[in-house]
Amino acid sequence: MATVSLEALRGPHGYLRAQTRWRRTEIAFWLATLLPFLLFPSYLQLASQIAITALFAVSLDLILGYAGIVSLGHAAFFGLGAYAAGLISKFGWGEPLSGLVLASTLAGVAGYGASVVVVRFRHLALIMITLGMGLLLHEAANSASWLTGGADGLQGVRIRPLLELFSFDLWGRAAYAYALLMLFLTFLVARRVINSPFGLSLRGIRENAVRMPALGAPSRAHVRKVYTIAAVMAGMAGALLAQTTSTVSLEVLSFQRSADVLVILILGGAGRLYGGILGAILYMVARDQFSGINPQYWYFWIGLLLIAVVLFLPNGILGGLGRAAAWWRRVSP
Amino acid sequence: MPDPLLAVRNVRAGYGEAVVLDDVSFEVAAGQSLAVLGRNGVGKSTLLLTIMGFTNLVRGSLVWRGEEIGHLAPHQRPRRGLGWVAQEREIFASLSVEENLTVVSRPGRWNLAAVFELFPRLAERRQVRGHHLSGGEQQMLAIARTLMTNPSLLLLDEPLEGLAPIIVEELTAAIRHMPGDSTLILVEQHADIALALTEHVIVLERGRIVHRGRSRDTLRDPALLDRYLGLTLSDSPHASG
Ligand SMILES: Nc1ncnc2c1ncn2[C@@H]1O[C@H](COP(=O)(O)OP(=O)(O)OP(=O)(O)O)[C@@H](O)[C@H]1O
Ligand SMILES: [Mg+2]
Repeated sequence: MATVSLEALRGPHGYLRAQTRWRRTEIAFWLATLLPFLLFPSYLQLASQIAITALFAVSLDLILGYAGIVSLGHAAFFGLGAYAAGLISKFGWGEPLSGLVLASTLAGVAGYGASVVVVRFRHLALIMITLGMGLLLHEAANSASWLTGGADGLQGVRIRPLLELFSFDLWGRAAYAYALLMLFLTFLVARRVINSPFGLSLRGIRENAVRMPALGAPSRAHVRKVYTIAAVMAGMAGALLAQTTSTVSLEVLSFQRSADVLVILILGGAGRLYGGILGAILYMVARDQFSGINPQYWYFWIGLLLIAVVLFLPNGILGGLGRAAAWWRRVSP
Repeated sequence: MPDPLLAVRNVRAGYGEAVVLDDVSFEVAAGQSLAVLGRNGVGKSTLLLTIMGFTNLVRGSLVWRGEEIGHLAPHQRPRRGLGWVAQEREIFASLSVEENLTVVSRPGRWNLAAVFELFPRLAERRQVRGHHLSGGEQQMLAIARTLMTNPSLLLLDEPLEGLAPIIVEELTAAIRHMPGDSTLILVEQHADIALALTEHVIVLERGRIVHRGRSRDTLRDPALLDRYLGLTLSDSPHASG
């Protein structure tokens, strides 16, 4: 953590400003996300799926890692974004950027609606509410097969080339570039949010939601706001998936997807913004490798890894890496 | 007498159906300090909780700078200038000292540099997480965190409870050295210290005010202190003089 001079602390938010400086490892990380274009051109489809999952995980991190809202139904917003983007294109509006904006806005509106309910509950009740909302939406999409195609998936998704120049082909160049750019842009927003006074109050709410108002923070309004932001981001991730693959199936709303993103975030490290991204990379790459060998054992290993991480690395893999780095700085002169 | 900053009028309040405070009235003017004394469980914390909006206000009114605030949501009261430090301290365990202080800061005289001057111990431990602090440091942090909201009135609930004598002295000095125009309501079991730090005093018994007066006079009235607080001040080093 950067040391701040006492003088810098005179302003009300000098401390927060000092936290927003970019670290070298961060810059190196984002530059490295460009490497797949050069080094793994045949894996760009996978890379774009990773970027989309990472975006979804960062969105969950905002509510779970920062505000302490446990959700087992986050796929609801992912799925809403995916179906919205798919349907918009099916009904003749195939331009991806405006479709993305529309779909994420819709997810945001739904997120705000859900937040009004979510904000009233905590602990187990909260888990059940979010789980219930996720299941409800999944079943609704299944029943409304006239609109969604039901179990067969949405037919007729047609996305125009990005900027009318780059089409989403099997190679995935455009797909990865698009998904990565959107991940980066939303990450900038999330980073900004987290390092703002609002972001810090979210962490206060995570610690003690009942007493934050005693210090003047409107906990409920804050929770509604961050939940809406997270829903927009999750919707964007879903829309990106629909647009880059031209398919939308019921799976985007499944409980499995909600559970996976939770696992990804916990493995990577919740409450540290990069945890979700790191988790997504590890999880998706490992699954890609494993599925060739022995797909049915995948969840066995994930289960084992999850237990190990929770037992030995309570702050996830990123937290463990941070501790190792701190140790290394201490022992090396 | 100047217009009161806070006027508590005929307040009856409690938790759910249970009434804890009854017919409590007093005023605090800007720049004044008030000690609230009483035995365990008489309703001292409940009084502060009521002022902050965390209890069920059944009757009476809370007037802040001439405005009725009894109906305001809890988070709106600190924004009007009420600053409360709970008996339980409730610092944010996984946030650093700096983050604890920044989380609710509002512009004004109190900023990080100013609270670090008041509590040099906290300055040394800026990067340390809340749960690694000692009890005394946690109490300093809780007070400093509330100061960072730049309140016009500070409500302290037993700030010295369970602390080592040396820390008690340090905290007492800090409270005494707050700027002269600070307004304070201090709930304390250490009656001698509380009376030495304040100008006025009320004593509660079973939710009602049974004595009000000047702190200086009350300090010289051992019979009264003994009756309501079970205190014999001659045992205490602070009582002399
Ligand atoms: N949350 C609550 N719900 C119901 N009753 C409560 C609650 N908190 C306190 N009480 C009751 O209200 C009465 C007054 O409690 P309060 O905490 O205000 O006393 P106090 O004077 O602050 O005591 P102490 O010196 O021990 O802190 C007690 O009888 C207590 O049992
Ligand atoms: Mg009390």
